[in-house]
Order: sequence, then C-alpha cells, then structure tokens
Amino acid sequence: MKKFNIIVLVKQVPDTRHVGKDGMKADGTINRAALPAIFNPDDMQALEQALRIKDLYPQTTISVLTMGPPRAANILREGLYRGADMAYLVTDKRFAGSDTLATSYALSLAVNKLKPFDLVFTGRQAIDGDTAQVGPQTAEKLSIPQITLAEEILAIDNNTVKVKRTIANGIEIVKAKLPVLITVTGSAAACRPRHAKLYMRYKYARTNQELAKEDEKMQALFKSRPYLKIHVWSVDDLNADPLWLGLGGSPTKVKKVENVVLAAKDSKVLENDESQINELIQELMNNHTLG
Amino acid sequence: MKNVFVYCELEHQKIAEVSLELLTKGRQLASELGCALEAVVIGHELDDIAKSLFPFGVDVVHIADDSRLQNYLTLPHAHILTQLFMQESPQIVLFGGTFIGRDVSPRVASALRCGLTADCTSLVIGDYTEPKTKKEYQNLLYQIRPAFGGNILATIINPDMHPQMATVREGVMKKEILDDAYKGSINKIDTHAWLNDTDFAVQIIEKHITEKKINIKYAPIIVAGGYGVGSKENFELLFQLAKLLGGDVAGTRAAVDAGFIDHDRQVGQTGLTVRPKLYIACGISGAIQHVAGMDQSAQIISINTDAHAPINAIADYAIIGDLMEVIPKIIKSYIKNSK
Repeated sequence: MKKFNIIVLVKQVPDTRHVGKDGMKADGTINRAALPAIFNPDDMQALEQALRIKDLYPQTTISVLTMGPPRAANILREGLYRGADMAYLVTDKRFAGSDTLATSYALSLAVNKLKPFDLVFTGRQAIDGDTAQVGPQTAEKLSIPQITLAEEILAIDNNTVKVKRTIANGIEIVKAKLPVLITVTGSAAACRPRHAKLYMRYKYARTNQELAKEDEKMQALFKSRPYLKIHVWSVDDLNADPLWLGLGGSPTKVKKVENVVLAAKDSKVLENDESQINELIQELMNNHTLG
Repeated sequence: MKNVFVYCELEHQKIAEVSLELLTKGRQLASELGCALEAVVIGHELDDIAKSLFPFGVDVVHIADDSRLQNYLTLPHAHILTQLFMQESPQIVLFGGTFIGRDVSPRVASALRCGLTADCTSLVIGDYTEPKTKKEYQNLLYQIRPAFGGNILATIINPDMHPQMATVREGVMKKEILDDAYKGSINKIDTHAWLNDTDFAVQIIEKHITEKKINIKYAPIIVAGGYGVGSKENFELLFQLAKLLGGDVAGTRAAVDAGFIDHDRQVGQTGLTVRPKLYIACGISGAIQHVAGMDQSAQIISINTDAHAPINAIADYAIIGDLMEVIPKIIKSYIKNSK
C-alpha cells in the first residue's frame, strides 16, 4: 500500500476581515487584542487537499507545522481534530519580527527535519499580509519545485503528482515529480469539519509548556498517550543561523505605519430623500456624468 | 550596474499591460536616480517584442529566447532572473502583481536573499536613518502598501539587502510612451548555458484559457457594493442600477470574501484599480485597501447608513441612508429624467 509523508504549513492570523470599531487604537496602530486569532483560511483548504490524499492512501502521515507564538498551538489542535497525525510548533522569541524571507528560512529548516517528505502544502496567502510569498520562498529554500494556486490534486502516484491550478483567465493542468511544494487557493474545496472522534482523541494534545500548567492527572494521562504531544522546536532545535532570523534576518523593514485619514473633500451630504436625490441625478445628467 | 529592472511578462505574445505601466514608473525612478532602465523578457520569438519596449525609455532589453520557454514555467524564469540579477546587481526590480509575477518574484527574492514587498500602491525614492545605529541611507525605494487587511498604510524599505524588489498590480501605475525614437540595446541571454533539465521538473499537460468575461477596468460608471450590501440577492439591485446607467458592478474584498460577488469584480489593493468618471459606493465603509483602488475616480457618490463612514470623506456626494431604499429612488429619478 502506497503512503505519503505530507507536511501542511499553517499560520495563525488575526481575523483582519472583521476589523470592527475596536480594531484600531487611537494612535492608528492595530489593537491585536480585539481581533480573534484564527486558522488562516487558505491553509484550511491546503489541509483538505492533504486529507484527500490520506483518504485514498490511509497509511499517509500528515504533519501540521506552524511558526508563531506559543498560543499558535491552538490551530495545530484544530488540524489534529480535522485529521492531521502530527503537530509541530516552531516558536522562539528570536523568530519575532521575521519577514517572509526569514519566515521561509525557519520553515524550510523545520520541513527538512521531517525528511523524507513527498509533498508540502500551504495556503496561497495569509490574510494578515496577503503577500503569497512564503510558499514559493520555502520551496526555493528546500530546492524543490512549486505549484502555486492549486485548485485540486487530480492524481498522485509514487513519483508524480498531477494538479489543476488557476492561471490568468483560465486553468492549467501540470505534472511534477515529488517532492514538490503546492500552494492551495481559497477557491479550492473547503476543509471538512472537525471529526467528533478525533476531537475526543486530541482535545488534550499539548505542548510541554502547556502541559506544565496542567494537574498531575493530566500529566499521567499525557505520559500514557504519546500521540498527544505537540512537538516544539526552538532556534537551537533547528540549528538555525541567528543572522537569518527575526528582524535582523529580514531584508524588509517597516519604516512607517500610518492610519490613513482620508483627505476630506468638500462633500455634499444628502438625506435619504426623494427630492434631494432627484436634484443630484439631474445635476449629474446636466453635466454629462450620467448619459 | 545598480540600474532599475522591470520583469516584463508576456500575455499571448504581447507584453502585459502591467509591465508597460511598470516600465513607465521604472523610467521615472531611473531618471530620478540617474541610472539606466533595463527590461527582461523571457519567452520565444521575442525580437519584435523586445524592440517595442524602447519607446518606454528602456536602455537595455535582456531577452531569453528559447522554444522551451513558449509557456511560462516557474523554475526556468526564476533561474534566469536569479542569474541575471547576480550578474547585473540591479538596485531596484519591479514585477507585476499578477499570477506570474507573484509566482516567480518570491522565488527569486529567496535565491538572492533580498527583500520583496507585495502589492505596492506607491513607489517613491527617499532617504532613511536607521534609528539605532544612526546609519544614513540615501535614495532608497519607499515601498508603500496598505497592510493588515487594508486597515493601515505601511512604508517598507530594504536598506541593506539589495536589489529592492516590489510587485505592483495592474492599473496602479500609468502607462506612458517616453519617446518613439528612444534608442536602447538588446542583450541576448544564452539560455542553453543558463538552464538545465531540472528547471523543467514541472510540465504543463493542458491549458484552458477562457476569454475574460468581466472587465470592469474601462467601465465609465461603476456601482460598487461592500459588505454592507448584505447578500448576493441584494447585489441584484446594484446590477440593475449599473445596467440602467450603462456601467458595471464592482465589490470590495469583504463582499467578495462573503461570496456576494465574483472575485473578478474586486476593486482595491489586491484587486483592480479603476478610474471611472463616476463611482457609486454602496454600503462601503472605506478601508484603505479598497480606497487605494478607486480614489482616482472623477466623481464619487457614497450611499451609507453611517454618516461617519470614512468613505464619505472622499465622496463628492454622501447620501446618508439605506442603500436598499436609496438605489430605487436613484433608478426612479433617472428613468423620469431620461424621458
């Protein structure tokens, strides 16, 4: 029976799609506390494509891997509830401030620790940055090909994968030798929901740091169930070069961030009133804005 | 050396519109910096195409012409660009924020270990003093883009690790011919020396191109809806108004994400930039992400229940009210006055 070793790169992101009135502080910076931290939407679609391969080849191992602060373990648990087998958290204060290049460096080291792998999946882009850069940059660092904007995995065998991907004004079907990194678009199939049995199995999955806060009963339970371990890797575990990490390893710097106050025009304010609206339409027709 | 480069991508054997827009921007930057503008084209049968770039003020066109490069493939493009930039040491490289540009540029940035800023809405030359070391940098590229879901505007710089690379979406910059008689030179890249078999690890088996169904870029009037429209059904009212006025319908990213409207109609930093003569913003709050794609409209009408919505500040006319009531009044008035 064929089996594949699949790694899914995921990210915990602030829900920037729903920035409400509390989302911004008075000084124009982001009020992160007011934004819920969620599983990046495109990464969910990426997980689904991995799970579909596991449906066909149940011996397949899926590892969810993320880099982030300790609380990012939450999305790894979410991945386990939906069908991933292993969870890895890359976390270290020295990673803080990483741009896409430094992030892809750290992720590539972590992926290489899980060698030999067949496929690396990730979402097209994360909603907090929208750059779509980390996938291709990680592929380059791993020296493997990339297939971006995948809609669907059409076929997979021991050596090759066939993928339908989006291109400008159309689609393309491509074939690549394994291993390959695939970024999955947001329009691909949505991820299946949590599985009740898997939820029961993994709800006590913990990192060591989280486990330390639990009582003795939980510690004992954890010892008897090794699959509950969320693996945590630091800079040292990855043998990472400190010069390539965090702010120092990031070529791009943020010079300035501003909350833009739109330059106010001398705008005319109208009520929801038939005659006022009629006057405006007449004006726009008279000056030929409306034909 | 230290010149400005633009990666010019091909669309059906023609240079993509966005690449021509970037050549115009690149020319301005090069002139300000006192350096040359160079273009790179990768494909097959490129001689005429290469010459057509000179009027944009291009000093050197590098062409990689090879029958294996008929279709875009990530690895050969990334490999050629990486080697060319290692050889030529550009100070700035611009890519279109397209399917192709966003696929190849991160791979090149990773190989060169340089910075890359996605979806810039403005590119400006300026100086920088590093706050800790007080080290001064002159003539850096300020890469300005809405960030964090379009809720803030960030200025990004790459002080040390060059080239400074950025992507820009179509329509953000303006295309302009500099001089029809402008003289430049062509450099042919030896693709056989630069490419190897591993660059063709991904093969295209099939390709299906559908003619673009929707193109709101040139619509004279745009009726746009935001999350505040509430549903896909409610968008029908916007389509009705657009049809009546001879315009087209657009949506914000929030409306697209909510499934109210097709992605091809998204206006904003990560969608299209439009400059219609009239933009009617319905139920749109005015996040920078969106405003970046429509603030050059000749006239703007906002329809919003919130009198303090940021969009009202840039609107010529702000109608305070529920769009489901206001739009029918506009339709009625327009029909009455057309008679």
